[in-house]
Amino acid sequence: METLRPDHKLILEMIEPDSHVLDLGCGDGELLSLLMKHKHCRATGIEIDEKAIYKCIEHGVTVSHGDIDSGLEDYGDQRFDYVILNESLQEVLNPEKVIREALRVGKKVIVGIPNFCHISARLQIFFLGKVPVTKGLPYKWYNTPNLRFLSIKDFRQFCAERGIIVERERAIGASREVFFARNLFAYAAIFLLRK
Amino acid sequence: MNDSFVEPQYFTFGHPPDELVLKSGLKLGPVTLAYETYGRLNAAKTNAILVFHALTGDAHAAGVHKDVQNPGWWDPMIGPGKAFDTARYFVICANVIGGCKGSTGPASINPATNKPYGLSFPVVTIEDMVAAQKRLIDHLGIKQLLCVTGGSMGGLQALKWSLLYPDTVRSAILIATNYRHTAQQIALHEVARQAIMSDPDWQAGDYYGKSVPARGLAVSRMIGHITYMSERSMDEKFGRKLKGKERLGYDFSHDFEVESYLKYRSDNFVQRFDANSYLYISKALDYFDIAEDSDLQQVFKSAAAKFLIITFTSDWLYPSYQSKEMVKAMKANHLDVSFIEIETNYGHDSFLVEIEGQSKLIKSFLGNLPV
Repeated sequence: METLRPDHKLILEMIEPDSHVLDLGCGDGELLSLLMKHKHCRATGIEIDEKAIYKCIEHGVTVSHGDIDSGLEDYGDQRFDYVILNESLQEVLNPEKVIREALRVGKKVIVGIPNFCHISARLQIFFLGKVPVTKGLPYKWYNTPNLRFLSIKDFRQFCAERGIIVERERAIGASREVFFARNLFAYAAIFLLRK
Repeated sequence: MNDSFVEPQYFTFGHPPDELVLKSGLKLGPVTLAYETYGRLNAAKTNAILVFHALTGDAHAAGVHKDVQNPGWWDPMIGPGKAFDTARYFVICANVIGGCKGSTGPASINPATNKPYGLSFPVVTIEDMVAAQKRLIDHLGIKQLLCVTGGSMGGLQALKWSLLYPDTVRSAILIATNYRHTAQQIALHEVARQAIMSDPDWQAGDYYGKSVPARGLAVSRMIGHITYMSERSMDEKFGRKLKGKERLGYDFSHDFEVESYLKYRSDNFVQRFDANSYLYISKALDYFDIAEDSDLQQVFKSAAAKFLIITFTSDWLYPSYQSKEMVKAMKANHLDVSFIEIETNYGHDSFLVEIEGQSKLIKSFLGNLPV
């Protein structure tokens, strides 16, 4: 098996074989093609970047060119086994609506977020007095595609307040999975959600 | 290389009493279809792709004829190593019924009268055009097509095929097309038809052997050309450049390059196209609505093909939102549909001239379908 991105590896582990999966902001379709190959999933993506669409088609991924905020309207209730929002939730205009819609069209929703409150970010803010640039958030304030900045704790609270059940939560550190003090030591986290 | 020349072929069917029964209820027969093929049909007959042409297109989609050196209308897309790779696939393109390039149309001789049909030719629909081509595919012994495809009116035919004969088509690539003709599309066609019918030479369609309604047909072609380009591509191509003069003439001769271009292109068109065919085919387009009285979602219940839908940002004649509505209805039916809107300035003509992006997509899409 090829070397997988840590987030892709965790997501692959969360998904049952032969599932029907929708990836919101699927990029060049890498994750979906892995799911097709290793889990025999039926894979569909939504992606805004035209260049990435060519790659998706090359990978044999079914894809729609469009934005996440409006792309979910096309699908009926509980249509997919999983809806994935990996590294894309923080880029949408209305994350609350997108999560609600994702939980409508998907039986389960997988959300991958960069953790804004990683210790290196906290130290940069505290000692440098600057907006942090980390492994999970590698952008400057003027070129970041991120519209929202959240931590693992923030997302847990977001789910709890809305009665969204977090079935699983896994966290990614610099070199391995993080099990303790995730909000401090994880660069990113993957949540498995259901209504 | 002599075998690189392509030759039109002809298939005739529907001899009375087995005429083609049209959607209007009228019968047409015998019917001849002119068609061309590129590449080789494999032994299992599983590598055939049916390409449909647009309003004024014809069966000559690729390659060159021995006598005329003009390459086919989709030559950059069909050939060895191209999007529709003729080293792998067997590509077929037929002239539509109602056309004037070898298939039975208003200029053909009506066997009942031994005179050209003219307006006695029955009004045909996209469905009828497709039904005629189904007879050709049956005749070629092909049970299943790997793909049906086309741009503009070709896309309408491919779409209709996927709905009428879902078991015979594995995939459909629909480019710059729509699921119904909208008011603006109908209106533009009506202006073109009125231009033809107001030409005194039109003679209620009975002009064969006399002088043809060239002025009317030329005007309709000019309107067509304008709708196929985008405002920006026209301005980039012509701007306000003058043609053959240093300054404005202050008269009604042609001043601008765009005027000469339209004149040149439409004069050429009049040489090669029959005015009545323009009336019939544009009417067929205007009658097109796959939903008719029912709901669009219901219509796609019968479809089974894998779809790739391509639109262009600057195409205002068949704008992207129309395809998006179709994509939505397909998704509601759990169909496997991919959609892309390609950024380009070329307007509706993009399906003929935007080669790079389309080639990449089509090659990958077809490559992922096992032959």
